Amino acid sequence: MRKIGADIFVDALVKEGVEYIFGIPGAVIIPLFDKLLDSPVKLVLTRHEQGAGHAADGYARASGKVGVCIATSGPGATNLVTAIATANFDSVPIVAITGQVRTPLIGNDAFQEADMTGITRTITKHNFLVKDVCDLPRVLKEAFHIARTGRPGPVLVDLPMDVSLGQCDLDYPDTVNLPGYKPNYKGNDRQIKLAAEAINASKRPVLYVGGGVIISESATEVFELATKASIPVTTTLLGLGAFPETHPLALKMLGMHGTAYANYAVTESDLVIAVGARFDDRVTGRLDAFAPEAKVIHIDIDPTSISKNIRVDIPVVGDAKGSLQALLPLVRQATHPEWLEKIDNWKKQHPLVYKPCGLKPQYVVEQIYEATKGEAVITTEVGQNQMWAAQWFKYSRPRQFISSGGLGTMGFGLPAAIGAQFARPDAVVFDIAGDGSIQMNIQELATAVKYKLPVNIAILNNGFLGMVRQWQELFYRKRYSGTILGDANPDFVKVAEAYGADGIRVTTRDEVRPAIERAIASPRPVILDFAVESEENVFPMVPAGEAINKMMGGMA
Amino acid sequence: MKHVISVTVENKPGVLAHISSLFAARGYGIDSLAVGETEDPATSRMTIVTHGDDQIIEQITKQLRKLISTLKVQDLGETEYIERDLVLVKVNVASGKRGEILEIAQIFRGNIVDVGLKDLVVELSGHESKILAFIELLKPYGIKELVRTGSIAMARGAK
Amino acid sequence: MRHVISVTVENKPGVLAHISSLFAARGYSIDSLAVGETEDPATSRMTIVTHGDDQIIEQITKQLRKLISTLKVQDLGETEFIERDLVIVKVNAATGKRGEIIEIAQIFRGNIIDVGQKDLVVELSGQENKIQAFIDLLRPYGIKELARTGSIAMARGAK
Repeated sequence: MRKIGADIFVDALVKEGVEYIFGIPGAVIIPLFDKLLDSPVKLVLTRHEQGAGHAADGYARASGKVGVCIATSGPGATNLVTAIATANFDSVPIVAITGQVRTPLIGNDAFQEADMTGITRTITKHNFLVKDVCDLPRVLKEAFHIARTGRPGPVLVDLPMDVSLGQCDLDYPDTVNLPGYKPNYKGNDRQIKLAAEAINASKRPVLYVGGGVIISESATEVFELATKASIPVTTTLLGLGAFPETHPLALKMLGMHGTAYANYAVTESDLVIAVGARFDDRVTGRLDAFAPEAKVIHIDIDPTSISKNIRVDIPVVGDAKGSLQALLPLVRQATHPEWLEKIDNWKKQHPLVYKPCGLKPQYVVEQIYEATKGEAVITTEVGQNQMWAAQWFKYSRPRQFISSGGLGTMGFGLPAAIGAQFARPDAVVFDIAGDGSIQMNIQELATAVKYKLPVNIAILNNGFLGMVRQWQELFYRKRYSGTILGDANPDFVKVAEAYGADGIRVTTRDEVRPAIERAIASPRPVILDFAVESEENVFPMVPAGEAINKMMGGMA
Repeated sequence: MKHVISVTVENKPGVLAHISSLFAARGYGIDSLAVGETEDPATSRMTIVTHGDDQIIEQITKQLRKLISTLKVQDLGETEYIERDLVLVKVNVASGKRGEILEIAQIFRGNIVDVGLKDLVVELSGHESKILAFIELLKPYGIKELVRTGSIAMARGAK
Repeated sequence: MRHVISVTVENKPGVLAHISSLFAARGYSIDSLAVGETEDPATSRMTIVTHGDDQIIEQITKQLRKLISTLKVQDLGETEFIERDLVIVKVNAATGKRGEIIEIAQIFRGNIIDVGQKDLVVELSGQENKIQAFIDLLRPYGIKELARTGSIAMARGAK
């Protein structure tokens, strides 16, 4: 029996080591779904394609492997767009397969047709429309290669129905030939030498570490560098976990809602060593006031990130792990007692604080940390819940914190938690959510129930679209336009039970810890509905356009 | 500052769309664009004239290189290069003025390619500055229609 | 069948991306494309050489007209029109052969615009078949590099 496109597709998944594919079938994609039934690749049926995309994303972030999602043509494919953009912004390797109408119908406004290659052109690392079934093995090989190498990113493969039914005997190739794609992995030796010299000469160095360190698996090298040369370490949102936050050199997150001591340290440093981070505006605040006295070393695999926002003095284009490994022997052991003492004083004078009365969202996050001994895998939604999750949990491992940073997609956390649980079946997984965000992909509770995933969803329920409400309070005289949700929120416990999950309501501080422990012990997905203080704000806060050392609020 | 960027790309559907989307999405201006064949049928060559300060041009060339379908990017501003543009100008010709316009064409070594009752079409190729000077001289007569290819360029130099 | 379509568009960011996306999405080919200024700085003129049967060409012109940023679409295949393309070719010129190449350039009335130790750069403008013939004659010497603008075109005729 000759191979058809659908066979080639499944063959490719197996060859690429894909364990799970997240998606929903439809008319033009039935041939692929049919072959999946007989394959070792497990289909995870979600309840919205956006959920499938975010689940593939969460799986990829938690495991380091390529996440795969699949949708039918037209509306199924367009439902993936937000998830693809989310992955694109955070450099997550996913391959999205979308069905497409038969090739003669393309461009004719056929039923359930959408120009996915056009629509996703600017939000994918690359995309393909396969018009000839004999191109399919090469295209799939290239898709996985492009997704996982260099600076990873989402790749879309648009597959017309007649192509998946067409016959071709070609085997899956062993190699790729992409003359236009040759990522540079090895940092330039001269640049690395310059970087080492700058580090050895510095008196107030700071390591600014981003998601790239986690992608390149170079947390060990960062730790060695920091401890060898006594360099304090701050991370971006996506870099949380790249350096253990319980270590004395840890400054935790910097930027708009980062710690005061991280922001002060960067502002007063004489050398910023950026590794796998991109000087995003949430981090830098006002550009001309960012690290004004510091030389900047920037180690990154993507040349477009270097000198995009701020001028870099010593760029090193290459993979972080290799570059740091080459750098380490050239860096002298050092202590910076004055600098570290200064930072310690800042830590003592300006720790993260909140008023511990009533049921505070920060307390909930702290208790999740304690109850899981800091080992939980945390996904978040977006907004205040995300910021409190970043601030009040102490992350110590890469791939422990999973959050939509660049795009900031509400509704990411629950499906991402599902993907993360598949990647880490033995881990305790918590989605820290808001009452607004959780409703954007609440239907994925069904997915968690269907596959018996013991994910825990901690809703910091304040009845508002919290982060927007905070801005309206601080800058718009509390004119709460479009941010009041509490008058029509569902009873989340009943929603959980309606799906066949567990629901636990918490209204007092004393109930928090026991509820968390019950959730962890339950083999079913659990919604914890925490009725938190309704107008609590995330502090410190760097107002938009301000320098990062000019924070408001939250100072002890 | 004007920059001429030469991009050699895979001759595949969607590449032009991708590059022009890139420019549009990031707000880079395209003053002119010419795309045509090269000596290799699997590739096309795009010559894009854009403008911006050094930092913007650096970003543009980096972003272009990042695209999978891009094979080579040359910011020709950094080397000696040959640049040519081609223009067709349809200009009003009131009686009595035809001689003057022919003279201008001759001086610039352009060609008359069409003659009508009330207008003339002149063709001229050359460097952008020559083309602009030519257009300026013809403006007083009344330019009815003007079409330009946009520049193409090639690095100079003994190889 | 080859068609030359001239599109006058608003000179705004994204228009080129929109038109090229349109071609890519519907699977229409772009053999060459030249975009440049016109007599009106608020507009650009794109000359697109495409091919297809009559039905496809009709669809293309209709789809182009539908875009808000499109001001005028002319399918020049239906009228008498002037067409010009510009090419610069860097060709191997071993010492004995230089004379032959210069001869070819003279016959076609092209210009030598750069001379290197081992190569020559020739510029030629003209209709597509002239350009094609020129390239074919140069090919045996070894074409090192080639850049073409793609055709521009203007309707002929007394107005």
